[in-house]
This record gives sequence, C-alpha cells and structure tokens, in this order.
Amino acid sequence: MSILIWVAVALIGGAGSIARFLVDGAISATVGRDFPFGTMVVNISGAAILGLLTGVALGHDEALLAGTAAVGSYTTFSTWMLETQRLAEERQYRTAVLNVVVSLVLGVAAAAVGRLIGAQL
Amino acid sequence: MPYPSDPAEASSPLGRARLVPPRADWQEVAAIFAGGALGTAARAALAEAFPHSATAWPWPTFGVNIAAAFLLGYFVTRLQERLPLSSYRRPLLGTGLCGGLSTFSTMQVEILKMLSAHAWGLAAGYIAASIVAGYAAIHLATALVRRVRVRR
Repeated sequence: MSILIWVAVALIGGAGSIARFLVDGAISATVGRDFPFGTMVVNISGAAILGLLTGVALGHDEALLAGTAAVGSYTTFSTWMLETQRLAEERQYRTAVLNVVVSLVLGVAAAAVGRLIGAQL
Repeated sequence: MPYPSDPAEASSPLGRARLVPPRADWQEVAAIFAGGALGTAARAALAEAFPHSATAWPWPTFGVNIAAAFLLGYFVTRLQERLPLSSYRRPLLGTGLCGGLSTFSTMQVEILKMLSAHAWGLAAGYIAASIVAGYAAIHLATALVRRVRVRR
C-alpha cells in the first residue's frame, strides 16, 4: 500500500475529528448538557453512514479512507464511556444506563438501515 | 475562557465530562486535527494489520476502544483536577487522539454483521465486554489520577 494512502488516512482522520467536535458543540449548545445528546447524535449518524458504506460494498482503499478513516474518526467510543461514567459518578444511574442502551439500540438500527439503503444504490 | 471557570458549566457532570470548551479557536482546532490524525492512523494501521472475519472477535476495534477509554479517563481527569489550565492539551489528547483512536461506528457495524450471521452469543459477548471494559477503563484511570494528591 502506498504511503499516500496513509497520509490521506491521517488527514481525513484529523478532519473527521474536527467534524465530531463541531457537531457535538452545535448539538450541546442547542439542547443543553444534562444528557450527552451531542455524542449520541454523532455516534448514531456515524453508524448510519458506515452502514451505508458497508451496503455499497466499496473497494479496499475506498473503504479504508471513507469508512475506517472518515467515519471511524468522526464517531467515538471513549467519550461515550467517559460521559456514562461521569453520569454514574454523579449518581445519575438511570441516565447513565439510558445513554448506553439508547446509543447501542439506535446505533445498530441506524447501521442496519444504512446498509439496506446502501445495498439499493 | 468559558470553561471550566464558568460555575454553571462546572456544576454539571456533563459539563465536567466535556472534552472541549464550547468556543472554538484556531489553536484548538489545529490541536484536534493533529491528535485526530495520529489516533486515526494508529487505529487504521491496527485494523489493516489484523483483519478478521465477521464472526471472529474484533480485537483491533476492541483493543483501540478500551485503550482510548483508559487514556481519555486519565487525560481528562488529570487535566481537569491536577494540571493548570491549558488551551491545547485537552483538544489534542482528548478530542483528537482518543476520539480518533476509538470508534463507535465500526463497533456498531461489527455487531450488525455478527447479528446477520446469527452469531448471537458473539454479538452479546462483544457488546457486554466493550461496555464493561470501557467503563472499567475510565473508572480505573480516573481513580489512578485521583490517588495522587494535589501538590500546592
């Protein structure tokens, strides 16, 4: 694999991280911070897009750049877990569990719908 | 800087858990880009080095996610509770590096593929292990930082 692909992976990963920062910031500024909606919207939308890319059945390099690099860097597991742990730490157990369950259920559902749409394209 | 000196922000658990101050500036965006580029390159390299079938345990994703959770718990707790205010460390290490290293979307598509292959036990195990280990990693890293007393 060419070095150019890896330079592109890094650059796209940087851009995907900025996109996550901007979307999270915009959502949090709109609906408030009592519940981590920003991270949730980022993760669910990313799961839908990656599902769509999976359905389209891209070539190896295309999947690496669009899937692993772009969508992979846009979504985040670590912040999702951090926000869940901090909610539990504040004894907001119901909200913490809700954050995990809703993200998982909607995440897999979004990926499934995305894959269905992608397969039709 | 509105964070974390803003008391309203600091009093909410998610305000404290947030990775970045609400207002962006160019130094911050550049730090997120640099960290995100590095984290993504590391995750992509591991994914390429250890390919696996849809019904095998996704070690590359599982590994980066748990490692990123531990690092994020460590960085965020240290930056918020132990180190002086810094405008670029959190976006570089938290939002950028850990955010780029970890991924939610790949995990969801991996679960979807397991379910499509009727590998119910594998899917359930992967979900449970990711949540338990991810949560434990944050908890452990946070406790580790807090064990060290604040020097004044």
